[in-house]
Amino acid sequence: MIHASRDADDEMDGQPSAGARSSLGVDISEKTFLSADGVPLPALRDLAFEVRAGEFACLLGPSGCGKTTTLRILLGLDRDFSGAIRLPEGGCIAAVFQEPTLLPWRSVEDNVRLALPKPLRGKDLTPLFETLGLAAMRKLFPSELSLGLARRAALARAFATEPDILFLDEPFVSLDEPTAERLRHLLLSVWSERPTTALMVTHNLREALTLSDRIIVLSERPAHVIGYFDVRLPRNYRNPTVMTDLVRSFYEKFPERA
Amino acid sequence: MSAGETGQAPDTRKGAASGVTSANADRRNPSAALVPTLTVAASLLGLGLIWAFAAALWPSRAFPTPAAVWQVFLHDMATGELPFHLGMTLLRVAAAFIVAMVVGTVIGILLGSDRRADRFFNPWVVLFLNVPALVVIVLAYIWFGLNEVAAIGAVAVNKIPNVVVTLREGTRALDPRYAEMAAVYRFGPLERVRHVLLPQLQPYIAAASRSGIALIWKIVLVVELLGRSNGVGFQIYLYFQLFDVAAILAYTLAFVAIMLLIELALVQPLERHATRWRRRPA
Repeated sequence: MIHASRDADDEMDGQPSAGARSSLGVDISEKTFLSADGVPLPALRDLAFEVRAGEFACLLGPSGCGKTTTLRILLGLDRDFSGAIRLPEGGCIAAVFQEPTLLPWRSVEDNVRLALPKPLRGKDLTPLFETLGLAAMRKLFPSELSLGLARRAALARAFATEPDILFLDEPFVSLDEPTAERLRHLLLSVWSERPTTALMVTHNLREALTLSDRIIVLSERPAHVIGYFDVRLPRNYRNPTVMTDLVRSFYEKFPERA
Repeated sequence: MSAGETGQAPDTRKGAASGVTSANADRRNPSAALVPTLTVAASLLGLGLIWAFAAALWPSRAFPTPAAVWQVFLHDMATGELPFHLGMTLLRVAAAFIVAMVVGTVIGILLGSDRRADRFFNPWVVLFLNVPALVVIVLAYIWFGLNEVAAIGAVAVNKIPNVVVTLREGTRALDPRYAEMAAVYRFGPLERVRHVLLPQLQPYIAAASRSGIALIWKIVLVVELLGRSNGVGFQIYLYFQLFDVAAILAYTLAFVAIMLLIELALVQPLERHATRWRRRPA
């Protein structure tokens, strides 16, 4: 599965509970866009990786390398590619987009409920809203929320669906750093209440090191995997000093990214 | 709403924004809200005074005073004739309006979302936009007989192309991000229509229905004049043959008043409800 990575020295130490059935498998041999003049622009080539069940993985790559394209393929929004993807068993997916993408004409709570599969429609959302600090905003319209709060509502929508896999596309981009940091911690606290296989796209190394179990490092366009970086340290030990060490060892392993 | 009448799609953002500011002003200062109402009242009163003055200067059976028109109005109200004919016309307006809006919206969404279908059917739309209302009515009566279905159908056919053009524009302006979100979260088809599609098209539907009501009731009068035996149009034709201008004006003004009432009591509150999410700034 990982034949495209030249640096796959991190052996796949499969967790005992992680059956291949509920992992995410990606094997895209080619994705090409046509420019306006009809010139083919390859976006992805031989992109193959796997996200193990219950793992929080990050796709890290330079801006414009095809991360969002990969995510759109995984979300089923772009079916024009050659290769294969395997979604986890159950196939219930949730996504947090680059923009909150809440329906402006529905309240925060309705936005969350509308995304729920039919059997979950009536579920009690209070604990989730409380964890995310949205309890007082349930009846508000998205236009009444700040960008940070709207992103929390988008997180609430994704987690409320109890997905088999969660995709996040730079969900904290264009927020000021303290707000982004607070949201990362909120994300971790809802995620640890119900650990879900998750794949997040980012170009922010520190963000990837804070959140993920494993970082999948992508090349420049056309994107393929150039290696993995496992973060085995539990998240609550990742304090600023440790982070500095993590960043240093990341750059030792991927000197071209320095 | 002249923009809608020429088949032009409205600039939703701008229209919505100006609606927002005036609505906000109304809420903040109740006395400021009275000013436009008083202006309208004063303006109408002025028009009435000029009419009364001119009719007193040149007294003629062809140019009755407001008082004479009022007398006819009261008389026909008392006999029940005026309410009956008003009611018939109103029913036809409502039926033609519903048919035109539903059919026009569906066709408009289809053409707006399928470029190839649009290229093929666009000449048809242009053709129907330019067929005179009178021709459609006459042909409908000849082909389908002097009956209610032909009458209402003819009116609807006159309005449908305008609705199609407006809603086609609205469909082209849909934001694909909402559709993608709905696809990822597996919204059902009905939920997509109700929560994703219609709210985005609301400004276009509002524009089409505003211009629609104004256009439809005028065409309904022609339909009644040509082939019905009741309704305001029929009565106006009758009083035209009798040269009874006071009665013609009484029927016309009564119907205009009803249409204004519908606009104020039905259309505007509905629109305020549909756009409530816009009016609360962050």
